[in-house]
Amino acid sequence: MALADYKDMVHRCFRCGYCKFTSDYSYVGFNCPIYSKARLESYSPGGLMWLIYASLVKGKLKPSKHFSEILYSCTMCRNCSEECKFQFHDDIVHVLKAAREEMVDRQLMPPMVSQFLKNVYDYGNPYRELKENRDNWAENTDIRHYEEDDEFLYYVGCVGSYDTVSQKAARALGNVLLRSGLSFGILGSREICDGNEVDMLGEKGLFEFLKEENTKTFKELGVKKIVTLSPHSYNTLKNNYSDEFEVFHYTQLLRDLIKSGKLDVSRGFKAKVTYHDPCFLGRYNNEYDAPREILTAIPGIELIEMERTKENSFCCGGGGGNFYTDVIGGGENTPSRIRVREAHETGASILAVSCPVCMMMLEDALKAEGLENDLAIKDISEIMDAALA
Amino acid sequence: MDIYGSLVEIVGEEFVSDQEEELYIYSRDSGAQQPRKADYVVVPKTVEEVQKIVLLANKEKIPVTPMGGGLTLSGLAVPLKGGIVLDMKRMDRIIEINEKSKYALLEAGVTQGALYSHLQKNYPHLEHSMPDAPPMATIVGNVVIQGHGHLSVSCGINSQMVNGMEVVLPTGEVCKLGSCSVSPYWFTRDPLPDLMGLFIGWLGTTGIITKIALQLFPKPKFRDLLTFTSNELDLLPDFIFDITQLNLMDNLFIISQEWPPWAQGILYVPIVSAQDEEEFELKKKLHIELLRKYEGKITLVEGKHADRMREARLPVPPVTLGVMAADAKQGGGFEYTGGIVPIEKVPEASTRSVEIAHKYGQPYLLGYQLLTSGHSMMCGLAYCLNRADDEDVEKVRNAIDETNKMILDVGGVLWKAEAPGQRLMVQKMDPNTINLMKRVMKALDPNAIMNPGNWSE
Ligand SMILES: Cc1cc2nc3c(=O)[nH]c(=O)nc-3n(C[C@H](O)[C@H](O)[C@H](O)COP(=O)(O)OP(=O)(O)OC[C@H]3O[C@@H](n4cnc5c(N)ncnc54)[C@H](O)[C@@H]3O)c2cc1C
Ligand code: SF4
Ligand code: SF4
Repeated sequence: MALADYKDMVHRCFRCGYCKFTSDYSYVGFNCPIYSKARLESYSPGGLMWLIYASLVKGKLKPSKHFSEILYSCTMCRNCSEECKFQFHDDIVHVLKAAREEMVDRQLMPPMVSQFLKNVYDYGNPYRELKENRDNWAENTDIRHYEEDDEFLYYVGCVGSYDTVSQKAARALGNVLLRSGLSFGILGSREICDGNEVDMLGEKGLFEFLKEENTKTFKELGVKKIVTLSPHSYNTLKNNYSDEFEVFHYTQLLRDLIKSGKLDVSRGFKAKVTYHDPCFLGRYNNEYDAPREILTAIPGIELIEMERTKENSFCCGGGGGNFYTDVIGGGENTPSRIRVREAHETGASILAVSCPVCMMMLEDALKAEGLENDLAIKDISEIMDAALA
Repeated sequence: MDIYGSLVEIVGEEFVSDQEEELYIYSRDSGAQQPRKADYVVVPKTVEEVQKIVLLANKEKIPVTPMGGGLTLSGLAVPLKGGIVLDMKRMDRIIEINEKSKYALLEAGVTQGALYSHLQKNYPHLEHSMPDAPPMATIVGNVVIQGHGHLSVSCGINSQMVNGMEVVLPTGEVCKLGSCSVSPYWFTRDPLPDLMGLFIGWLGTTGIITKIALQLFPKPKFRDLLTFTSNELDLLPDFIFDITQLNLMDNLFIISQEWPPWAQGILYVPIVSAQDEEEFELKKKLHIELLRKYEGKITLVEGKHADRMREARLPVPPVTLGVMAADAKQGGGFEYTGGIVPIEKVPEASTRSVEIAHKYGQPYLLGYQLLTSGHSMMCGLAYCLNRADDEDVEKVRNAIDETNKMILDVGGVLWKAEAPGQRLMVQKMDPNTINLMKRVMKALDPNAIMNPGNWSE
């Protein structure tokens, strides 16, 4: 829906700030990633709502460059929608997205956001990488292209396809799926951006285009079931694409494959592990159990929860395109660095993730914190790969 | 002089803003008062930074308005004369919990939510008296306005629970008050001259509190509320007298509101707690037995309405009916006159506030809190507003003004009064008292830089 559709709602935000906390106050601190970093009221859900009202609904403030930076620093993590005490709570992130659509219409996005969108338009990915190279990560593996009658399309997404850190997860998942005996394939150079971030950044037209293109490809190939590496892809394919496709996040599929005995994890994996819930799997799609069920099924893993878990998880800071645009900026209190410190405090030696965006964000933060010798970031697919008998 | 540049030098670029967006946000609150434009927003981390900011402001005669959660709804942290808004919430260290002497030593930006979380996690047998305000409110902001929490009746109002303070004076000196001025322990405010009185109730006009020691209390194993209903307002003073003579409550809310219909009468909501189940049941029983004296006139509410009250009033931190009032008109705000009145004047104040509400086309919405063990009543007379409708906001401002006058007229005083309400009190005040206040303010703040526009005529 457009911002105009929310014009009678935006001013209802009371700026009371419940949305900055976790639901059970189990954590001494704030759970809105941008407020945790900036500590200015403007960078908070209530501040955003009031600024959107003043700038884009009432026209009392000119939508400036600074406003656009504040708006796009939000990672769309959905903590605010989860914690706001009012009836309209679900609409808060919808308003944030609608405000971005308005900024895109007026061409007032921060330069890095424009760059992201342009790159996706020109190249089908934000990195300006060639389409032909999209499946380079799968070289020297047995992972092949999707063929009609394959049961699953393995949809990798831009980050898993091109980011060197996340490619490890893409390969590991491919390997695990091969080991399960499931028939599946990837799209290779026919895969283009799923559009989740494009949608979150407010470029509706481009999102519709991506959706149409992907849908066309899926249909041409006769795809019925899709398994995604990224929760971002999962979110948009499941909720915004046609219902004809049955969409799974890989943790859901692997959990089922373990349960049905198609994957044997008896080799185990000996480590203390803590798990970081990605926003687009957790708060957006309410899937908290599948990743944990996998981890606890693997012999040798001791799962230790961080202070903030499940619906109270703290965003890695990469959502809403920030993994690329970095509107949120650097420094000691970037969400990813806060999160890595929190993971380290549990005493775990492995910080498990189930999202390529979280993986790259947290990996960078680990280096910035100098914790590489104490903690390793591993995707659940990598842990599974190592645990297979 | 380059004020912005100097502020950046003190706290770093990230934590100063003179951009329209921050100025907009810090120039208004969720109540009905007029916005006042800030010139700078600064978010300090240390007492040294606060000190430097104050020295700069004092030299350049720039107003400084300290702000915690900014949640009073009466514009008390909105900079009436512009200048710097000092958002204190980055000073958020919980420095110490002294378990045996039961106090928390906190930096000024620690929120109610943060202290609650810290105690829940590390000292689950201790609690602090938590206001019904959203948990973003700071401990210090609440103390400064003499707020009250869920232990108001059993343990007193929150400003009475302060053992010590560190303050930055408007001229830049850092000063310790209470036992901490003599000893490493922040365990008591007595028996020294009570200099903390120079900062409590002054709404930031006399200095900036940077640390505070707050008393903690045993957390009970059992806590519940009872709901009594009555249609006879005149019984209120006697009933309050009787119920406080039992001396068994943590807190007592009184609610009367036009909507929903079952809340139209007077709802008395005593909160009781105990460490032991038998004691707990006995306390509840004694309260219910009190109703015999008021047979047919005050009755116990049970069932779904009582459960709804539990849901709204029992959780700490609260999600109160009060917060919900902000969306009653789907308008994003409300403001209330907090009149503190003698118990015998509550019926008159209530009747007159219903009349005022109706005159302004508002449903009545009264939320009262008994203060200490029956010594006065905070009468929260609330008006919901629609922020999108300037006329509606102005109407609420006028209703607040009229309610303030009524409270003063019945012999009450105004709690956390907006600047116009403060002026009404100053006009009524004994001239020698206001002169003394002026002398104190002048002595502490010769250039009148601290939250100016408050406590002045
Ligand atoms: C829904 C709702 C319910 C409420 N219920 C209650 C309740 O039950 N009990 C209650 O007491 N209040 C209640 N309030 C009122 C108010 O929100 C609280 O009292 C709150 O604790 C104020 O704290 P704050 O941090 O928001 O203060 P602010 O509004 O930030 O500041 C209050 C005053 O203190 C000054 N100040 C702030 N920090 C400093 C400092 N470091 N040094 C010097 N001066 C300073 C400010 O300049 C201002 O004048 C309620 C408010 C709302 C919105
Ligand atoms: S989004 Fe909801 S919880 Fe947050 S400030 Fe607005 S009304 Fe309050
Ligand atoms: S979506 Fe997340 S980052 Fe954005 S305002 Fe809400 S809580 Fe903050």
